[in-house]
Amino acid sequence: MIRHHPASELVLDYAAGALAEPVALAVASHAWLCPVCRDEVARMEDLGGVLLQEIEPAAMSEAALQRTLAELSGPEPETPRAAAMPDDETAALIPPPLRRYLGGSLADLRWRWKGRGMRETPLALSLRGYRASLFRLRPGGMPPSHRHLGNEYTLVLDGSFSEDGEVYVPGDFAHADSSCTHVQRADPERGCLCLAVLDAPVRLTGGLARLVNPFLRF
Amino acid sequence: MERYSASGAPARPDGMAQGGRDLTEDQLAGLIEAIGAERSQEAFRDLFRHCAPRIKAYAMKAGVDAGMAEEIAQESMIAIWRKAATFDRTRASAMSWIFTVARNKRIDLWRRESRPELEPDDPALAAPAPLSPDAEREAGERQRLIRRAVDGLPAEQAEVVQKAYFEDKSHSAISAELGLPLGTIKSRVRLALTRLRVAMEGLQA
Repeated sequence: MIRHHPASELVLDYAAGALAEPVALAVASHAWLCPVCRDEVARMEDLGGVLLQEIEPAAMSEAALQRTLAELSGPEPETPRAAAMPDDETAALIPPPLRRYLGGSLADLRWRWKGRGMRETPLALSLRGYRASLFRLRPGGMPPSHRHLGNEYTLVLDGSFSEDGEVYVPGDFAHADSSCTHVQRADPERGCLCLAVLDAPVRLTGGLARLVNPFLRF
Repeated sequence: MERYSASGAPARPDGMAQGGRDLTEDQLAGLIEAIGAERSQEAFRDLFRHCAPRIKAYAMKAGVDAGMAEEIAQESMIAIWRKAATFDRTRASAMSWIFTVARNKRIDLWRRESRPELEPDDPALAAPAPLSPDAEREAGERQRLIRRAVDGLPAEQAEVVQKAYFEDKSHSAISAELGLPLGTIKSRVRLALTRLRVAMEGLQA
């Protein structure tokens, strides 16, 4: 059962359209799995509707309506072909908002070893100042202890990890800012698959950690 | 007879494009349904006159110049024409549905990013509708409750809501712009949302 949600100001930023795409991806993927947050997004979109209704309108140019009507009769753009059906594992574990950023099924992804039982595959999403990846931690794996200069948003997709006595299960959303030092451990039996979005480089707190820091080249 | 006219949408002469709350929530929903079911150009004209100037104003508040704001409005209206059949008034109010289209066009055309959507185009993937009791409340009633809550927000809370929705600023960007601690902005957002939630549950704030 999901117990860790994005803070309401993040959900509001998502509904308002003010989040950068990688962070919006983390919130959307959580909300797809979480009826509570999905409902919250719908409520905040209702607020957007009220604000749009109340706005002081700006006159359109004379020809705008005619021009738009002319386009309606034009050919509809090809609907993008549905991506190839994901395999069963992908369909079960990857929420739809995240699927197209994977570019295939989980089994087809190329993982890079990051040391300490951790593998990473970056997502097809390049936006300056952000990094969005899937991580797999082997059972009991512990990423090096680290501290962030910015924010890290993590969504568990399979297995679990624990941090400070809290267990994060599939659908749980974790947000760490520069005030937290992380010590995480993956589920001793199932390991952990998660989406992680970072908006600044990571500062290392352990001695040898620099050697294995996945975000050193950020 | 088309549904929207049956529900009493005013037949308005050309040129009465601007101003006011001229169409009700019910009428707007009827127009979208007429476009979806009958490809009614007449319904589209009425909807355009109501919505396009609002979407243009919405885009301009984020700093978009008038030319591109007009393009965002036109592209939003074309998207509404194409997607109208997917509109379902039991899931969303007309104006909030239109807001989501305009918001996504602003992200797409102006910021040149795409929007990770909760309702992907493939309906087989759509998430189930919200289950909370207020989701079943009639859309128009819900809009009235929200409007009242928005009108009653203290200035500091209204400011952060306006900046998030209209100026494309996340709460951390607002904190930097106003020179206020992040915690202050977060608590203003949370207080505003609490008022909104209380209002929508139909309780006294």
